[in-house]
Amino acid sequence: MATVTDVQVRTGRRGELALLGLAVAVAVLARGLVDYHADFLELDELAIYAAGWTVVALVIHLAIRRWAPFADPVLVPAVLALNGIGLAMIRRMDFAYADRGRDTNFGEIQTLWTLLGIGLALLVILLLRDYRLLRRFTYTAGLLGLVGLLLPLVPGLGSQINGARIWISVFGKSLQPGEFAKIAFVVFFAGYLVSNRDTLALAGPKILGMRFPRPRDMGPLALVWAAAMLVQIYERDLGTSLLLFGIFVAMLYVATERLSWVIVGLGMFAVGAVLAGTLFSHVGSRYTAWLHALDADVYSSGASEQLVRGLFGMASGGLFGTGLGEGRPDLVPYAESDFIVASLGEELGLTGLMAILTLYVIIVQRAMRTAIGVRHGFGKLLAAGLGFAIALQVFIVVGGVTRVIPLTGLTTPFLAYGGSSMLANWLIVGLLLRISDQARRPEVMTP
Amino acid sequence: MNEPVRRLSVIVLAMFLTLMIAASYIQVIAAGDLNADARNVRTLYREYGTFRGPIVVDGESVVWSKPVDDPFNYQRTYADGPLYAAATGYYSIVFGRTAIEQTENDLLSGTADSLFWTRLGNLVSGETQRGASVELTLDAEVQRAAAEALGDDAGAVVALDPSTGEVLAMVTSPTYDPALLAGHNTAEVDQNYQDLLAQEDGPLVNRAIAGDTYPPGSTFKLIVSAAALEAGYDADSELYAPDELDLPLTTTTIENYGGESCSANERQTLEDSLAMSCNTSFANLGMQLGWGVVERKAEEFGWGEQLSIPLAVTPSRLPDDPDEAQTAMASIGQYDDRATPLQMAMVAAGIANDGVLMRPYLVDNVRDADLRVIEEYEPEEMSQPMTRSDANELTDMMVAVVQEGTGTAAQISGIDVAGKTGTAETGTGDRPHTWFVGFAPADNPVVAVAVLVENGGSTEGEVTGGRVAAPIARAVIEAAIAAQGGS
Repeated sequence: MATVTDVQVRTGRRGELALLGLAVAVAVLARGLVDYHADFLELDELAIYAAGWTVVALVIHLAIRRWAPFADPVLVPAVLALNGIGLAMIRRMDFAYADRGRDTNFGEIQTLWTLLGIGLALLVILLLRDYRLLRRFTYTAGLLGLVGLLLPLVPGLGSQINGARIWISVFGKSLQPGEFAKIAFVVFFAGYLVSNRDTLALAGPKILGMRFPRPRDMGPLALVWAAAMLVQIYERDLGTSLLLFGIFVAMLYVATERLSWVIVGLGMFAVGAVLAGTLFSHVGSRYTAWLHALDADVYSSGASEQLVRGLFGMASGGLFGTGLGEGRPDLVPYAESDFIVASLGEELGLTGLMAILTLYVIIVQRAMRTAIGVRHGFGKLLAAGLGFAIALQVFIVVGGVTRVIPLTGLTTPFLAYGGSSMLANWLIVGLLLRISDQARRPEVMTP
Repeated sequence: MNEPVRRLSVIVLAMFLTLMIAASYIQVIAAGDLNADARNVRTLYREYGTFRGPIVVDGESVVWSKPVDDPFNYQRTYADGPLYAAATGYYSIVFGRTAIEQTENDLLSGTADSLFWTRLGNLVSGETQRGASVELTLDAEVQRAAAEALGDDAGAVVALDPSTGEVLAMVTSPTYDPALLAGHNTAEVDQNYQDLLAQEDGPLVNRAIAGDTYPPGSTFKLIVSAAALEAGYDADSELYAPDELDLPLTTTTIENYGGESCSANERQTLEDSLAMSCNTSFANLGMQLGWGVVERKAEEFGWGEQLSIPLAVTPSRLPDDPDEAQTAMASIGQYDDRATPLQMAMVAAGIANDGVLMRPYLVDNVRDADLRVIEEYEPEEMSQPMTRSDANELTDMMVAVVQEGTGTAAQISGIDVAGKTGTAETGTGDRPHTWFVGFAPADNPVVAVAVLVENGGSTEGEVTGGRVAAPIARAVIEAAIAAQGGS
């Protein structure tokens, strides 16, 4: 029998405060550099910006102390640093576009989205006192996810932007419902898998020395596969398709501990992708643009122009970058959103890009840590699923820009311009805060 | 479920490692290739986005970079663009660079090694990179006079300072306005370029140094005369000058221009033959001297040489191992003889400078943005094709050409002009190319000039070098002497 002792638990809140200070410093410094190089630096305005960030950081800190005192202390500072870098880069693009006679205020809009996103995350830890509540909404979440995924296909509502039909127009505003569908699916998968993992883990036939699942248990996998294929073909978006399917396979693996699911899943996706590429020319041309990006005819047809221009930008940045505001990221289409990674690679160099990727690694690893620490299967799946969702999305976007995989229309979490993405990813942060708070809360304190 | 989560973390790490490797590949390993890719406009913007040094003539910028509010930051701007186009060339974001813009690019753009200390200074002081200014040897007055005298006729004029080799004028006609190609609207520039290419008379071609080479016609008799003087002939040596010269081993004959007779008794002095531009006597003289002797003299004057002034000059050519009949034709500047107008100006300059040929050059000096001279070109002797006394004797013979021979249209009152006309058959049935080669003042030359007018230009009626080209040369010489007196 364990004896009940009064254990002093390290919440890490003070460390978090210090890290938040660092994140605020990064955000303010980046903005100062951007303004300086645009000959726009006004110290009192920068001071207001710094004060604003400080207030936001303090509010976050106090809210977490109040509502999620045991939450992971590294997560929010890492996210905030990325967000600050993203805001500076987007503002920098505003200056670049202004030089070319294009009047944009992406920076201000994105600042608003950031504040809304942070508010949403804090609302989650305020209102959702126990993440296990979400399990009750497993199938509701599944339905919501499906609706969100298919909304862009509704005539009159969905719209195609930059080749992918993943947008809907509401009140003249464009939204990417897929960003929210992603979260709903993670909730659904977690709830579904935690209930059915025993069945799914049952061994089936043995092929090449490895136990494969029973064919009759393949239903859910096949369903998600079909949904992913539909998205790829009809929404012309390999990114969302790959993201959705990847998250499911990863969570299936975590739930069943069977590698065979991963192999079957990846095999199915590969076959589907090849089939889609062969049968549908618009899917196939995306593969051609990826594999033969630098070929003269592919480039001049415009198919790989954006990708290659991004490569040119990153190459010109080299090891240390041109410096914020010193490069020409405006030569790449969508430099503030889809290609913000190429813009950052150009101006901050390989070193800057490495630092940004490392911040993502930290965020994802904190989510995985939370998954390991949390006691309930649903929580483990939820945390691992949300963490992997961020990781896979970054991989798909940055991999697309760096030619590891074909280019897709996903957004870079916390960096890219776009409201849906900002809100959805801060929502994930809120959920992870809640789960990690419960994971790290000492058992002795729960009655 | 903890074990698969740990494994998933490792997979995530592997995914990010892949991204980092891909980024490293692009930004470090493949960066050189990507930056050098012709489609990478970034390189273009970087190059075109910096201040480029001006090109200067007589202390005035004729080409400069004007700050503008577009992605290129600077617009290449021209004063008298068409007048200097042959020398400056164009600077286009679509079609690259030519002429001085190309050959002096690293100085103009500020990337040359000789600008290292300037760049270092800029780095310390925080100034942005600024290109050096390149001052040309051209004389604005001479250049303008040459262009005006040549007018719209297809042809070229080259004027040299015989004592230094400085190019005082280099005019080609028709010319073009480099501003048409310097714009930042690529569609417009492309259209302008296509229009220029479509023009049959080739305005982008620099006829003075790098167009088609031309048969020099009778101006080549200067080479034969120089070779003869060296071989022991003098101005009074009597030459065989029949009305018709049979060409050995052929049924053809050489006649004089217009079938005229050089002499009643088939004998004529070298000086008179040159003054009258007698074909039969020079054809015969060439055969007497032997092709090897003539060829060597021509080579001493620059034939066959690959010059760069620093613009690349098409080498002038001579026939390869001609037989007797071909030698006769080649000795009067026909058959396979070919020369650029610059080459013919060099012949005049070599004779004018007491037989010493100075290497022609177009760039006088280069100054950095603070106007410190960082490169200064010194006159350089290229060869000595004639002795001083032979050169002086040939000069006197050339003065006779202008005073009483075929070149009277080049006369300037009070000044002895030395010259030689040329009327070169083109062999295509077109009107002949008309030449004038000369220098002045004969006793102390300040300018040597070669004028070529393709097919006699717009002159009506019979076209000869004396009628078409000599007046143009006179205008250039007058301008050069006036400029000399003024300075």
